[in-house]
Amino acid sequence: MAEVEETLKRIQGQKGVQGIIIVNSEGIPIKTTLDNSSTVQYAGLIHQLMMKARSTVRDIDPQNDLTFLRIRSKKNEIMIAPDKDYFLIVIQNPTD
Amino acid sequence: MAPKRSKGAASRASSKASEKSKDRTTDSSSPFGSVEDSGVPKDIFPMVITTATQELFECRIDEDLTKDNPFKCLKKDDILQDMRMRAAVSDFHPVKQMVLDYPAEEILLVFDRDFTYGQSFYLVLTEEAKERTLNPPQAVEEQAVQDESDSIICKTPEPISWVSLGSDLEIDEESVVDTRARLKLKISRVRREFGAPVVFSDRNASETPDGYMECMPYQDKNFSIQLLERSTGIQAVPNRKSSTTQTIWKYPRNMYTQYQAREFTAEDKENCMNSENLKNFVNLVASRIEIALQQNEIMDVFFDDWRALSEEEVVFGGKTETHLKEYQSFTDLKFSKDKTISSINWHPTISGVIAVAVTERLSFEERINDSTKLLLNPSLILFWNFSDPLNPQLMLECPDDVFSFEFCPSDPNVIVGGCMNGQVVLWDISAYAERLQGGRAGGGSSTSANTNTIPGFEDKHENETPVMRYCAVSGIENSHKAPVTDVQWLPEHFEVSRTGVPLENKNLMCVQIITCGPDCCVMFWDIRAPRVAAQPVIDKQQKVEQTPLENPNGVPNTFSHLDLSWNPLIRVNLPKIDSSGEYSPLKFSFRDANENQLGGGADKSHHNAENSEGRAGYAQLRVPSAKQLKVLEDVSTRIFVGMEDGELIYTDWKMEKDSDSGRLFSAKPSRCFFVHDGPVNTVRRSPFFKDIILTVGGWTLAIWKEGVMHGPIMLVSCAAKRGTVGHWSLSRPGVFFIGKEDGNVDVWDLMEKTHEPSQTQNISTTSVTCIKPWIVSSKQHLLAVSDNFGTLHILEIPWALRSPVSKEKLIVGRYFEKEVEKLIYFEKQAEMRVKEKKEMDAEELRKKMEPAVPERVVEQIEEKSLKEYQDYLGLEKVMLKDMGLLPKEDSTEI
Repeated sequence: MAEVEETLKRIQGQKGVQGIIIVNSEGIPIKTTLDNSSTVQYAGLIHQLMMKARSTVRDIDPQNDLTFLRIRSKKNEIMIAPDKDYFLIVIQNPTD
Repeated sequence: MAPKRSKGAASRASSKASEKSKDRTTDSSSPFGSVEDSGVPKDIFPMVITTATQELFECRIDEDLTKDNPFKCLKKDDILQDMRMRAAVSDFHPVKQMVLDYPAEEILLVFDRDFTYGQSFYLVLTEEAKERTLNPPQAVEEQAVQDESDSIICKTPEPISWVSLGSDLEIDEESVVDTRARLKLKISRVRREFGAPVVFSDRNASETPDGYMECMPYQDKNFSIQLLERSTGIQAVPNRKSSTTQTIWKYPRNMYTQYQAREFTAEDKENCMNSENLKNFVNLVASRIEIALQQNEIMDVFFDDWRALSEEEVVFGGKTETHLKEYQSFTDLKFSKDKTISSINWHPTISGVIAVAVTERLSFEERINDSTKLLLNPSLILFWNFSDPLNPQLMLECPDDVFSFEFCPSDPNVIVGGCMNGQVVLWDISAYAERLQGGRAGGGSSTSANTNTIPGFEDKHENETPVMRYCAVSGIENSHKAPVTDVQWLPEHFEVSRTGVPLENKNLMCVQIITCGPDCCVMFWDIRAPRVAAQPVIDKQQKVEQTPLENPNGVPNTFSHLDLSWNPLIRVNLPKIDSSGEYSPLKFSFRDANENQLGGGADKSHHNAENSEGRAGYAQLRVPSAKQLKVLEDVSTRIFVGMEDGELIYTDWKMEKDSDSGRLFSAKPSRCFFVHDGPVNTVRRSPFFKDIILTVGGWTLAIWKEGVMHGPIMLVSCAAKRGTVGHWSLSRPGVFFIGKEDGNVDVWDLMEKTHEPSQTQNISTTSVTCIKPWIVSSKQHLLAVSDNFGTLHILEIPWALRSPVSKEKLIVGRYFEKEVEKLIYFEKQAEMRVKEKKEMDAEELRKKMEPAVPERVVEQIEEKSLKEYQDYLGLEKVMLKDMGLLPKEDSTEI
């Protein structure tokens, strides 16, 4: 658990990182550094998007799988790293 | 035998015919009998066979042919042979012909024991009969056998009397029988016509009425029965009908579902966090994330360099142009001659309209001397429109020279002004609002383009500039005792109670004004009618008196409730911090001011239009009870006030209650800064940074940050000429304009230089009295500059000065922060220096207090040095000895 915390702290310490959320495969947030309402919103919305992206990739080539998803917006960038059971969402403000 | 047979057969046949019907029933049971009929059938020949023949043909009675086996087949040849041998004697002689004709080889001889056919044997003459006899039908074999025996016995059934079983009745009915005797008619002619020719003719039957008898059909009443009751079977089946519906669009219903996102409890989260799975996942994924994060930090991939390069609009030849171009200039020959403009204000909603307060250009002494003359010339506020540079659109009459005035942000038709005699004045120009908007040319000999007017009946005063009187003045006793130098509206989202506590303003209209003047107080005014005191009788009387006086001077009575009785809500005194006495303010600035000078009045006017429909006039508004309104916490009640002596104080306007007397008094200001060397004539907040304030006074100008109490974050002193007025640029965070007393306008660009103005431009020959910028459109920014001669210059701000550099706000913000840090650092250094100085002083003191100690110290030092020298000598000796360089003197010691 300490290892996990340490890794997360390391990521959090990078420049411009606004928040980290760990979400399980159903879309329920497990660990977060943001406030509750934002977390729930991010988790729900990004979970759906992630499922869609993953299914898209796999539809095109069933042997392929999604490894990383980056959404760049005007204000910040959302990075999603999926896995079998969980996925990690990191929100960064790159230009700051 | 043949004729005998035939006769017999014939007689049999006839008897058969007559008795056919009768015997049919009895014979039906015996097929054999029916086949053979009664008597001897045609193909059976009964004959006698003698014993000799019997023996010859082996058909002896009771030996070869028995009852059980009566059949014997005889060969035809044998029979023929026998017949030839015995000729006429043969038994078969009578059947000779038959036998010869017999088709087959064998002829059946049947022993007829019962003498069925009269003789003891018979011969079957045909094949069919043979077959029949040999092979009787098996179904009724037994009966056949029996019947055969029966029928054989009773060959000729005796006629039985017929028993009627009822069938003859039907037959009788069916038969047609004459019921009566037949009538006989004899038709004869007259005897004399016997033999005469006969004449026949035709006659139509329908001509004569009795020519025929007809039997008409008639409705038999027996059959026309009305059916009164009928029992019918009915099945109840639901009627099916298909139809469609659609929800009625005109009646939408609100529907909502409420849901909550699923969350884990804390224990679940703990469990998850501790699971191996998560650990592996995080380890796996962390590297990817870090790479991505670092990529972002290194470079922004989506930054469009090309576009950023060409961010600025391309203006032909105008890029390097930084001069303020003269756009227009307004002077009124009649009204602003020999006068000066004290204050400028752009109309917040109507574009192209600017209002100017014109005052006398006289010193105090001269005013006193010319006071009588001054009374005749009323002071005015002129409204100029860009479409007409010669004639003002509207003139507002003031009781005295107005030094500052402001448009009400929520209703641009209301104007408040502060006069020289200390009174606060209100105007309501709603009647002339359209006129201003239309921008009609007024005055002179120009004909109006109004087509509605009938020639000859035109209003003579139409083309003159209308003069409007003020609606309300404050009561003289309670107003300022010195000219009101600054007037500002409180923004519409809050109002202030009697103790200075900011409360929520439910009206969403600006209802309160702050004024200040060199009589050492800042006053808060409310333009609503005060709460009705317990003097209804007097009021009613007053009302009765006042009704005939409504609108005496064409003045709308929007503020008639305030006229001459208007008193300030709060009076904030500004006592000096260190000494007794008070400060005399000239200008002030508070944080949440609704600085609506940014222009772009389209949405503002719309907003106001919406508001004006729903809200009551000012007369109907009442000061609400302070308890009903919500206290606003986030409104800052602190103000910066610039003084006549060049000080800038930072104070709180909230009143405190004196515990002894219960009276409200204002607290002492928290800080006072003595920076300027002349009266502070400008205290302005930056439109981009809410806590940056620009102050201009004397030969210095300073920029302050609210909250930084050490001093100004930027101070520029010792300019060549005095600065008379200053204003921030509305579009660029780092630019501000300073007006000088020699008619120059300095443009300061903090991005370029911070120690001197980036450019200076001469506008007029006398000093600049007021500067106000305004944004007309994104391509046109104007700067209104007024001078001491009463001329209003409108300058156009060039592109370079109006379009912000990229990230300008950021850079300027950083610059201010750096300055703040510098200040803080200086403070710290100052403190450190002070501390060090203290320490040094303390040390010196200590040194002075201990004079004896140094002597001792000197002796010790001498001893020490002596000892060292001796050590050194010893060392030298040793060294020389080692090297063998010892002088001979020491050799004796060895």
